[in-house]
Amino acid sequence: MRMYRRVGASLRRTALHAGPTILGIVVLNFLLLQLVPGDAADVLASESGTATAEGMAAIRARFGLDQPVLTQLLTYLNHLAHFDLGFSPRYNMSVLDMILSRLPATLLLMLTALSIALILGILMGAVMAAWVGRWPDRVLSVVVLLFYSMPGFWVGLMAIVLFSVHLGWLPSDGDMTVGASLHGFALIGDRLKYLVLPALALASFFIAVYARLTRAAMLEVQRQEFMRTAQAKGLHPIVVQLRHALRNALIPVTTVAGMHLGNLLGGAVVVETLFGWPGMGRLALEAVLARDFSVLMGVLLLSSFLVIIANMLIDLLHAWLDPRIGAT
Amino acid sequence: MTVPAQVDQGSRAPARRGRKLRAFTHNPAFVAGSVILALFVLMAVFADVLCPGDPFDMVGQPVLWPGQDPEFPLGTDSLGRDVLAGLVHGSRVSLLVGVVAAAIGLAIGTVVGALAGFFGGWVDTWLLRVVELFQTTPTFLLVVVIVAIGDPTVQTIAVAIGVASWPTVARLVRAQFRSLREADFVMAARSLGYGNIRIIVQEIMPNALPPIIVAASVMIANAILTEAGLSFLNMRDPNLISWGGMIGSGRDLLRTAWFLTALPGVAIALAVLSLNLVGDGLNEILNPRSDP
Repeated sequence: MRMYRRVGASLRRTALHAGPTILGIVVLNFLLLQLVPGDAADVLASESGTATAEGMAAIRARFGLDQPVLTQLLTYLNHLAHFDLGFSPRYNMSVLDMILSRLPATLLLMLTALSIALILGILMGAVMAAWVGRWPDRVLSVVVLLFYSMPGFWVGLMAIVLFSVHLGWLPSDGDMTVGASLHGFALIGDRLKYLVLPALALASFFIAVYARLTRAAMLEVQRQEFMRTAQAKGLHPIVVQLRHALRNALIPVTTVAGMHLGNLLGGAVVVETLFGWPGMGRLALEAVLARDFSVLMGVLLLSSFLVIIANMLIDLLHAWLDPRIGAT
Repeated sequence: MTVPAQVDQGSRAPARRGRKLRAFTHNPAFVAGSVILALFVLMAVFADVLCPGDPFDMVGQPVLWPGQDPEFPLGTDSLGRDVLAGLVHGSRVSLLVGVVAAAIGLAIGTVVGALAGFFGGWVDTWLLRVVELFQTTPTFLLVVVIVAIGDPTVQTIAVAIGVASWPTVARLVRAQFRSLREADFVMAARSLGYGNIRIIVQEIMPNALPPIIVAASVMIANAILTEAGLSFLNMRDPNLISWGGMIGSGRDLLRTAWFLTALPGVAIALAVLSLNLVGDGLNEILNPRSDP
């Protein structure tokens, strides 16, 4: 019962905090985007090549781009309160529909990359901490340091050279075989093949981050007194490491993982562009280049939302990992 | 010098300095990192001497593999440009953007973190809110938007990366200041009637510095990685050759001439690696508690 109360208190606190944060993000992003020179009308005009001043004025009037900034902001907030993210002049589609059509691909890519990074990172970190100063630690430290230093998109490119060009094992562009009508396991297998390389490229840097963190956190825990107690109780060394050291080391690792979620989304911009992955990151980049700010606002807002939700989940995880957290 | 803690430090200074110096030269990570980093800095400074001429000039046959022509030891790209010259001149953009961006990020982050950590209360609450605001926005996307506001010049890119990267430093500095503001030497300074600014700058800052120095090298490294990503997406200064840009243009020939993509990536990885080694070394030297 106390567990539920603690979780409830933690959830309430985060929710109270999240409202003002979201509002702040909307206002900040909106004002920032007003500073970008040019608008959607300019880009549409330059692409068609035959725009008249009247035509551009009509586009601006239709999408409210000719209104004063404050009016535009209030209109946007008003629409937002009705769960309306606006309309994209460029794609002639509602922004919400556009983002929702891209969201599953991005979530799939990010969650896969995050899982790979956490599992491999924690595993490597734990191995390094357990054999600290000896050869497994030294070898893995070098490997981790290399991953920490290589740009993820370059890792992706080199993986394409090896696995797509030379070995021909994995595809390098898109998220599924175009035109193939597959079902059941064949469909899942096909999707997985397309997922491997982008997920690895996105995960490579974060594997290193979590491995380094896990190693440092586990070494820090070794000095704590409860570790000595656990050893004195005669527990098996593996049990001590897993149940006592790793459990405590997971708190800083998951905290940082939550803070990095935004960065992971940012990394998705490059990786999705590189692999032709139809996700939100690529959509955001296209929106910047096309000055399609309603789409960009939508993507920014939704990514912040994802980060906040993820951090909520991590708070819950912490309350479970360490009973002292959230007791107040 | 009237503060007891400082006098104490002063009298022990010579012996300490010797030990510190030995700690630097005996740390393999720090030494290796410094040597590689120094080579890159020399390469950037003497780029015009090492590889005279414009690296964008067509100087040879297109797509020569490394070793195929002794005149171009690292080969040429699809437009017959010397890859070695590109790598040498490209180090300028990477290092410059890295250092300037980190300096901007450190400056903003240190001021915000120091104010929040020192004063606490509502100052802390509000500044922390701003930090959280920035941390929930995807950093790379923020950089892309800021670069879109200005022209894609080296200056804009450096400012954009700096502005997007300060929250981490702010949190670090805030934590340092919170733990130090109740320390004895701060009390002593207060009782001597020192003002807040003087206490922040002269008393707490020198003691809060070690982790900030470590963070600086990591920030330069991350800024170089971010710049590479931006250049790869074609958000780069069109008049300057950069490693990320070389990867971007080499990508078209990925299937036939992968060395055009591989070599600039190796350069980025080496530069970033050297900074991370320096950072790890500094961390072991300046925060000895973190030694196992």
